Amino acid sequence: MIQDYFKLALQNLKRRKLRSSLTIVGIFIAIATIFVLISLSLGLDAAVKEQFKQLGSDKFFIMPKGTAGAPGSGGAVQLTTKDVDIIKKVNGVKEVTYDTVGNAKIEFNNEARYFMIAGFPIDTMDLLVESVGYKIDEGRFLKKGDIGKVIIGSKYKDNFFKKQVVAGDKITINGEDFKVVGILKSVGNPSDDGLVYMSEEDFRILFNTPERVDQIIIQVKPGSDLKNVADNVKRKLISFRGVTEKTIDFTISTPEELLRSFAAILNIITAFLLGVAGISLLVGGVGIANTMYTSVLERTKEIGTMKAIGAKNRDILTIFVMESGFLGLVGGIIGILFGYAVGKLIEYIAVTQLGTTILKIATPWYLIFGCLLFAFLIGAFSGFFPARQASRVKPADTLRYE
Amino acid sequence: MLALIIQKEFLGVKMISKKTGNKEHKDEIIRLDNISKTYRMGESVVRAVSDASLMIKKGEFVAIVGPSGSGKSTMMNMVGALDLASKGEIFLDGIDIEHITESQLAQIRGRRIGFIFQTFNLIPTLNALENVSLPMIFQGIPKWKRTERAKQLLKEVKLEHRMYHLPSELSGGERQRVAIARALANDPEVILADEPTGNLDSKTGEEILNMFIDLNKKGKTIIMITHDNNLAKKAEKIIRIKDGQIVKAQQ
Repeated sequence: MIQDYFKLALQNLKRRKLRSSLTIVGIFIAIATIFVLISLSLGLDAAVKEQFKQLGSDKFFIMPKGTAGAPGSGGAVQLTTKDVDIIKKVNGVKEVTYDTVGNAKIEFNNEARYFMIAGFPIDTMDLLVESVGYKIDEGRFLKKGDIGKVIIGSKYKDNFFKKQVVAGDKITINGEDFKVVGILKSVGNPSDDGLVYMSEEDFRILFNTPERVDQIIIQVKPGSDLKNVADNVKRKLISFRGVTEKTIDFTISTPEELLRSFAAILNIITAFLLGVAGISLLVGGVGIANTMYTSVLERTKEIGTMKAIGAKNRDILTIFVMESGFLGLVGGIIGILFGYAVGKLIEYIAVTQLGTTILKIATPWYLIFGCLLFAFLIGAFSGFFPARQASRVKPADTLRYE
Repeated sequence: MLALIIQKEFLGVKMISKKTGNKEHKDEIIRLDNISKTYRMGESVVRAVSDASLMIKKGEFVAIVGPSGSGKSTMMNMVGALDLASKGEIFLDGIDIEHITESQLAQIRGRRIGFIFQTFNLIPTLNALENVSLPMIFQGIPKWKRTERAKQLLKEVKLEHRMYHLPSELSGGERQRVAIARALANDPEVILADEPTGNLDSKTGEEILNMFIDLNKKGKTIIMITHDNNLAKKAEKIIRIKDGQIVKAQQ
């Protein structure tokens, strides 16, 4: 029964190909937008969670206030190695490492570039490597006693200089020669991939900065509560630095906090964009309703005939609702295909232009199925009132002589 | 199962008609009792049919004749149970159509009456076979049965070679033959034809008319509405309408 109506509805749509296609355009754009947004948002969410998982749940970070985004940009507030010494003494702290970052002139093969240099204590390097997820691609990591040696990000291997830098090459930083002992694999983040890493000792001489620290990474002892340790560290630092809760000049970020604030931002952006997409969906729905009303008017005689030969009101209603639902469904299918293509394009652009692999689309089956169902329902809903009008056509009124 | 449901529904309806206390005539298929039909046209009320009574028996070939504007089409709506009367009662196979729901009426109409229209009224998106199957879809007949019957009917109207053609690909006479096959789909007692030859040339018109005569011989009740006296003469009973009233019924 229902497949008969489905077939009837389909044949009616085929009759008016142009009008049906135009109506579908209105829906497919909206569905494509929604699909891209949700799949990107899901993908981003998954990628970030994955990164946090890699980071582990036993670490937290301290940065001077106001420099959260760009370490080394040199705010008025500075953390120092004295703060690090205080933190090391707090109960529950297993290990502390830190890095200091500065901008330098880097020369190689008679070319000069300006980029970031990071210095860190080699004896706690393992913690840094673990928390960022560095992997060596070529050569080795720095080891104790490595003076005048550096490891470099993957960018140097790609296209940072005209000539590829390989392990064993010499590069000149602010006039001093350094030997490259290792090259890192890409971490998917262009600013990290461009860094040069050297020992803290080399860094402090090169930049003439005896005690500045830009980021402190703290690992807690197994079994200790991260939140407690973070609170204790905060209290100790507040009293050591002579500030209060209100004038606090550093920020402590725990993975949970970071994750939560990230999720909150992502949700707001997604909700806003979905709102915009919702408006286009509304317009698409109105388009369907309009098409269906026109169709009902055109076909009153046909409806009257069907009723004369035995169609019940419900039959007519079903046929028309199916027609509009089908318009929505086809819009949904095209929308998903189109949305998938756009999502992949965004992914590609993100990798090639921005060098980040974090922008990935996720297309779980429930998203695809949900979009299709939603598209069908929008269509069916938009067509409901026209269909009801059709079902109420009186055969006697339509079959009179013209 | 379906047949059982239809049967039950049908019995329920019969009971209603008994309750109204109208006597049923043997052999009667359609009866109008003192019906009037008025339409509102803006401010004024137009009386299209007034105080008309008629009875059509099973197996009759009746022509309802009248000039245009005589209330013919209103009469057709009444006889075909397409509309309710403003006053009076309409019985279709003993059922007072005023006392059943619109959907029940559609169901019964689809099974008891086959309609044929002047403008053929085929569904333009469906081919001949699908058009003939359509009334059976609304009666819930399974697909294989429908297709088999539709093919048989198209063969009977000599259109087996045009089964998969759309109405737009058929001539007027062919379209009307498809319409006749469609009207016969649910094997109704009554064929109600509204100016069936009005859009056809005289030769084709005659062919169609002969088909009606054949069908009548096979036991179908034929009601033909027309303005053409020559056409009406072929019927065994003529009902004349003028100004919304039945002026003469002649055998």
